[in-house]
Amino acid sequence: MNLLNTVLLTVSISLMYSAPLIFTALGGVITQRAGVDNIGLEGMMAFGACGASILCHFTGSPWIGLVVGALFGATLAILHAFISVTAKGNQLISGIAINFIGLGVGVFLTRFLFNGAAQSNSTINEPLPKLLGLLGIDKSKSRLLESSEIDLTVIFAFAFAVLIWFVLYKTRIGLRVRACGEHPGAADTLGVNVTRIRYVATILSGVMAGLGGAVTSLTISYRFTPTVISGQGFIALAAVIFGNWKPIGATLACLLFGFAQALTVVLAGIPWLPTQILAMLPYALTLLILVIFVERSTPPKALGQPYFKGQA
Amino acid sequence: MRKFVIQALKKPFTAVMIAILIGFLVGAVTLALGGFDPGRGYSLLITGVTSNTRRMAQVLVNAVPIIMTGLAVSFAVRTGMFNIGADGQFIMGQVTGAILGYYVPMPAIIHPLFIMVCAFVVGGLYASFAAYLKNRFGIHEVISSIMLNWNAYYFMNFIVNMKSVKVPGSQHSPEIFDTAKITFFSREFRTTAEGEALLAKHPWLESVVRTDAGYAILVMIAVTLLLWVILKYTRIGFELRAVGYNYHAAEFAAMPVKRNALLSMFISGGTAALGGAMLVMSTSYFITMLGATEGYGWDGISVALIAGNHPIGCIFAGLLYSALKLGGTEIQSRMGAPTEIINIMIGALVLCIAFAPALPRLAERLERKE
Repeated sequence: MNLLNTVLLTVSISLMYSAPLIFTALGGVITQRAGVDNIGLEGMMAFGACGASILCHFTGSPWIGLVVGALFGATLAILHAFISVTAKGNQLISGIAINFIGLGVGVFLTRFLFNGAAQSNSTINEPLPKLLGLLGIDKSKSRLLESSEIDLTVIFAFAFAVLIWFVLYKTRIGLRVRACGEHPGAADTLGVNVTRIRYVATILSGVMAGLGGAVTSLTISYRFTPTVISGQGFIALAAVIFGNWKPIGATLACLLFGFAQALTVVLAGIPWLPTQILAMLPYALTLLILVIFVERSTPPKALGQPYFKGQA
Repeated sequence: MRKFVIQALKKPFTAVMIAILIGFLVGAVTLALGGFDPGRGYSLLITGVTSNTRRMAQVLVNAVPIIMTGLAVSFAVRTGMFNIGADGQFIMGQVTGAILGYYVPMPAIIHPLFIMVCAFVVGGLYASFAAYLKNRFGIHEVISSIMLNWNAYYFMNFIVNMKSVKVPGSQHSPEIFDTAKITFFSREFRTTAEGEALLAKHPWLESVVRTDAGYAILVMIAVTLLLWVILKYTRIGFELRAVGYNYHAAEFAAMPVKRNALLSMFISGGTAALGGAMLVMSTSYFITMLGATEGYGWDGISVALIAGNHPIGCIFAGLLYSALKLGGTEIQSRMGAPTEIINIMIGALVLCIAFAPALPRLAERLERKE
């Protein structure tokens, strides 16, 4: 009973930590498959987390928070798309700048609205609905049920994964997106508007990362703090690589990384295991997994290269 | 006039100047949107830094660590490695400095030298690990070094939190021995009779005595010159740059590209870690449990970008950055505007540098129109 409870708890905490990673990694898959690198996901998450918590605090609706988080992410992504696609600038540097701006503006806004405090006040007046609660199951009777409660956003994350897989692999639009990432010249010759596709893909990645950040602040930390996003954007990028640039693969990778984060919570009570060493786990595991798997994954051919019209 | 503009647009220096200008512009707009007077903000920013020599000295002292990380990042970039992990390497240097400064007693002069060498090696090895992962497994150094950053950060907290290290009732490690400190004058000296007599005699010395100014400044200048000479005048520097320009061409020319990647990251990481150790030896004297990284490595990335990855440029870029940060605290304390305004400015500035490759093309287009 106790063991089962621990297992269920581990699973639900893993799912809780995975959801933001899945959203963000799916965004990474979209933009990278279109050939635009985006290491600004971290900053987009932070900005999304900020927007979500502020709006949720002032309107009392987490749903509005979620939407605004996505919009905040998209705003930064427009900047990144302009630099990467139109100006054909350096995508890595642009990503770094986005990380500065996302966190900087986020904390600036928060300090401005909350009288100088770097974190927003507890935002959740009415939390996002949870799955069992929504199904009308009374979980107060059983600890097991209580341990297996998960956020609705987890379901959303999986739904998005399937949706994006479908769009990328089963529709004409998806084929065009992938063509832009493999051989934009060929795609251009066949009448695909590379610029437009790359813009849309990059902005979508901002929407997804913004959602990821929003989910973090609305379902995990319940507020925005300057450290609420601590490397998750980069872990999501690692998940994209580990998942071989495929939506389902990246989702599975995120589940693993979410599990590693859950372990830091579940194992926290063990006396001989210092919390700091435990906290390294997600990052060390990310490295380890990349070591094992990176050779088996192939990035899109044109990843990170700006496309000049007329180039072969 | 038109010709001048076209020529100017082709120069990298123009791009940096435009970027700095736009950075300030974005800062002003942000201040205005927040309901603050941008004019007053910028005058506070400037007077906050230039009002007396002590503050100017403080800018220099604060600039040393970020110039070191800036040098680290720019050296690696010149050789084709994007060392985003300077933050972690810097932290490893801090840990090395704090531990060796307290647990390994040594005579003066030798002690700081010993610490610097050890910190360089520790940081160098830590950074080379990212190069190794790239050489052996093809893992991009951006991802691996971010993960190494977080590991270093938690490692520092782990070390500080150890029962045998943490000073009871505090959140930090024990203070390093006086033999390991590298300021020109000790902090106690300011209050001694001798110190007061000296200050009365030479008031201009105040900026040195009352800040943590020390030999770190000289070491920083020496490292800058050394890296510049290595890149520009040595065979190994030529090879490293060749890899940075064109990896495949360098490989085709039978240059040992993989070994060079390791070497470049070793030098880069060592430089960052040296900065961390010198921060401990001249300012902080111990390491503290942190809730988030202090971000010296991230500042270094901006410094390198502003400097156009030129070692000498890093000094000026580091001074600019350091002045902005010190002025930013002034804006916050006197006007109540969040100090993050500086981060936003820097972000806009860096974004403009990402845009910079478009400028020469713009110039060409103007030329063709003629």
